[in-house]
Amino acid sequence: MYRYDEIDQRIVAERVEQFRDQTQRFLAGTLGEDDFKPLRLQNGLYIQKHAPMLRVAVPYGLLSSAQVRMFGHIARKYDRGYGHFSTRQNIQFNWPKLAQVPDILADLATVEMHAVQTSGNCIRNITADHLAGISPDELVNPLVWCEVLRQWSTFHPEFAFLPRKFKIAVSGSEADRAAIQVHDIGLQATRNTQGEVGFKVYVGGGLGRTPIVGQVIREFLPWQHLITYLEAVIRVYNRYGRRDNLYKARIKILVKERGLAAYREEVEAEWAQLVDGAGTLTKDIVDDIASRFTQPAYRRLPKEDSELKTFLSAERAFARWHGRNVHAHKVPGYAAVTLSLKRPGVPPGDVTADQLDAIAALADKYSFGELRVTHEQNLVLPDVEQRQLLALWREAKALGLATPNLGLLTNIIACPGGDFCSLANAVSIPVALAISERFENLDYVHDIGELDLNISGCMNSCGHHHVGHIGILGVDKNGEEWYQISIGGQQGNHASIGKVIGPSFARAEVPDVIEKLIEYYLEHRDSAEERFIDVAERLGIEPFKKHVYGDTHQKQAHRARQLATA
Amino acid sequence: MATLIKNKRIAPDSWQLLSPAVDGGLSELPQSGDWIVPLTLWQAKRAAHGGRIGVLLENTDDPRVLAEDFDKLALIAVRFPKFTDGRGYSIARLLRRMGWQGELRAVGDVLRDQLFYMTRCGFDAFALRDDQDPQVALSAFGDFTAPYQAAVDDGARLGSARAPSKPAASALSPW
Repeated sequence: MYRYDEIDQRIVAERVEQFRDQTQRFLAGTLGEDDFKPLRLQNGLYIQKHAPMLRVAVPYGLLSSAQVRMFGHIARKYDRGYGHFSTRQNIQFNWPKLAQVPDILADLATVEMHAVQTSGNCIRNITADHLAGISPDELVNPLVWCEVLRQWSTFHPEFAFLPRKFKIAVSGSEADRAAIQVHDIGLQATRNTQGEVGFKVYVGGGLGRTPIVGQVIREFLPWQHLITYLEAVIRVYNRYGRRDNLYKARIKILVKERGLAAYREEVEAEWAQLVDGAGTLTKDIVDDIASRFTQPAYRRLPKEDSELKTFLSAERAFARWHGRNVHAHKVPGYAAVTLSLKRPGVPPGDVTADQLDAIAALADKYSFGELRVTHEQNLVLPDVEQRQLLALWREAKALGLATPNLGLLTNIIACPGGDFCSLANAVSIPVALAISERFENLDYVHDIGELDLNISGCMNSCGHHHVGHIGILGVDKNGEEWYQISIGGQQGNHASIGKVIGPSFARAEVPDVIEKLIEYYLEHRDSAEERFIDVAERLGIEPFKKHVYGDTHQKQAHRARQLATA
Repeated sequence: MATLIKNKRIAPDSWQLLSPAVDGGLSELPQSGDWIVPLTLWQAKRAAHGGRIGVLLENTDDPRVLAEDFDKLALIAVRFPKFTDGRGYSIARLLRRMGWQGELRAVGDVLRDQLFYMTRCGFDAFALRDDQDPQVALSAFGDFTAPYQAAVDDGARLGSARAPSKPAASALSPW
């Protein structure tokens, strides 16, 4: 965990007072609605359908058990007893009262938390791989670099009113688990041939109305220049990014319109003025920030736990969970465990105050009091002894947190959708619930194998539908909710944007359509190893389309005949 | 007339803003008094003025065009058409980097809650929007006392600059 020093603490305290003053002026009528709106947004406060929604930052997904307990306290005291983990490693509360938000922020500050820049046209919460620092495939530990970027971007005076929101993600592993190629800036921490740390820099990726996979603007940026280079990239964007059209304001559009080469040239010219100047990182600065991270006191353990093997062969359900939800750890004898926030009947990412308390207790008992939030809306206990896995599984199962579905169809990513969000065209959560119900049979879900199913309630794509192997997008047709289905999207190193299979469907039809797609996949995979996404890539969307629509048309004809004879 | 805050105090303002001619053409540079004039007028008539002259930059202007004129100008103003349009912040930083040391004034939609950031980007004078309470605005400069990142005001640095002692070794290595 990163632990605040006196300056970090003072900054969040000053933020609480600043926002309290702004809120009071707004409530007193001396700060107008239009003038207040961008201020509250930069503090994660939206005015939603039913009430304000407060988005609390979880920098790069790291959490302590004390922080999780604080979420439980906030859910009980200021909300309706639950919170919602978002796809950007944050947590959202859907029912706070505006006048109480400053008190919520003051409570958060006591556990070194805040809601700074979780919305608004500024640099948002820096996100990372949820296995950062513990994964065996890691080239560089990205956590310290994330904290460097968090400090640099916090209240950055020049970049508070960019053309549009700006998202940065960092990965330090060979396998990208942070979706860096669909961020405004994606940083792949890596090493050059001399073993020196640096970053491969992607720019202009993003989802939303115009999904684009990021392009490499710089193959290797030495670590010393991380901040000055990002300042150059964002300064060019701030000056020339479009402000005439909300939907064309992201950096991806500027990069696309100018072309990568021209954009790079402008960035290099600006960077030439900044390189080696103020903002250049030194080893002292980075080591100082690193020294404020605590590390678990790992025990010396054998690489493989012998008891674990026995348990795995004895208990099938445990083995299944172990196969999906337990991840390799770089420290011998340890593992990382995903606690699933996805189970039939519960909106993806939702968690109750009681569950939050129970999760904090699990973290204290099994994982040095630490947790991670994933961008797939689950929680991770990062440092669990292998010999404790069975005991942990039993407890997690009793709490409803052991759905063994990671990477599978029912691990649905979904935004809050039209039930809560005023931007949405359509609901997301009921669609997710209907699909999970349809695919209730775990054996069947395991047989289908790896499949990312993502749902967004509108083009803003908070549910990342573009990178779902199957993506579902809520659209509005004459005031009615319809759903567009795409296939072939994926996140990670081979990020790609899914293709829409055809005209949209009514909500009730969606589970049938998903079933049709799965049916076609199962008939045509060459083996159980060939995943849905592999088949979609191999065959293209046409045969899937034919299978879905051909059948729908027949069904409609069938229905029409039934009606005619009724 | 907008209230002027300069160097963090309410200050008298001798400057007048010269609006472009009604027909859209260029006016003449005034011969006396302190005038802030549009960039196009300055570029067309730069030699022919008697009093003090300042130039108004729109946020679509490139500040580099003024690089050779610094010694002839007494003020540079940057217009914020809407406070949510952040281009003016980058223009201010560029002007300070180019070596402009005179008054740098924010004009237009200039509100209390942006003064702290504007100051850090190099503005030292603010022509407040008419509805702003100048006394309330003055409190903005103390919003934060220890910024993280370097800016024009040369605030605190990340990490060790605020804790110059040798950092303790960490088990977590960024290297």
